[in-house]
Amino acid sequence: MTTVVPLVCFALLGVGAVLILARLAMGPSLLDRVVATDALLVTIACGIAVYCAVYEDISLEPVLLVVALLAFVGSVSVARYIGGMLVAAGDPATRGGDADLSGRPDARSGEPL
Amino acid sequence: MSIADVVASVCLVAGCFLCLTAGLGLIRFPDVLNRMHAATKPQVLGVLLVMTGAVIRLAGQPIVWMLVLVGVFQLLTAPVSAHMVSRIAYRRRHVRRDLLLVDELGKPADPLPSRPHPEHPEGDPDVDEPADGPDATPRTTS
Repeated sequence: MTTVVPLVCFALLGVGAVLILARLAMGPSLLDRVVATDALLVTIACGIAVYCAVYEDISLEPVLLVVALLAFVGSVSVARYIGGMLVAAGDPATRGGDADLSGRPDARSGEPL
Repeated sequence: MSIADVVASVCLVAGCFLCLTAGLGLIRFPDVLNRMHAATKPQVLGVLLVMTGAVIRLAGQPIVWMLVLVGVFQLLTAPVSAHMVSRIAYRRRHVRRDLLLVDELGKPADPLPSRPHPEHPEGDPDVDEPADGPDATPRTTS
């Protein structure tokens, strides 16, 4: 239990966290980074829980609760912030008739996404 | 190594594997909604599996309720944050429209004279008409 299982678990979590960090670094828009941050916090929470479970150490469990709360607050606040930018920019993305098929942010609005 | 340890180990490894799939999906998928689809797998199922494994492993300790609280909290907050992020992503046109099979929100974006069938024979008119009505009015005036 204390030799193989943490090795496998932390290897899986580590590779997943590196891939999520790559998306966090090269995500083309702010929302990609929000999604990647959410997934990274979930990965951190899973790592803390695996540590607590494997080594039977309960000293890190309040940190687990804080990380779970922080993921929700962070993603919701950034989403509300982008929604506020959308309203402040006169809502150009929903009013425009041309379809942007590239998945990139609008070049017309000129916002620092 | 008892049966409970084996079950806890399987739960922990399965939850960690879901975190790996989230990383792979975030790298490989093309737009925000697809990446959210990959990233929400560990948010609910992965966290619940890991918390189940930790509860089985730490059963009897006085702080186990906090693990249950984390699982319940993930179940409550993951739909809310995913809804908000996906709504903003749709409005900001971070969605690859050419990959969508059904785009029910995109129908009012069509120009009004070229809409073929206003009554939508396959859809429910009670649901569809109030969605079209208030949104089509300022489009004709502008």
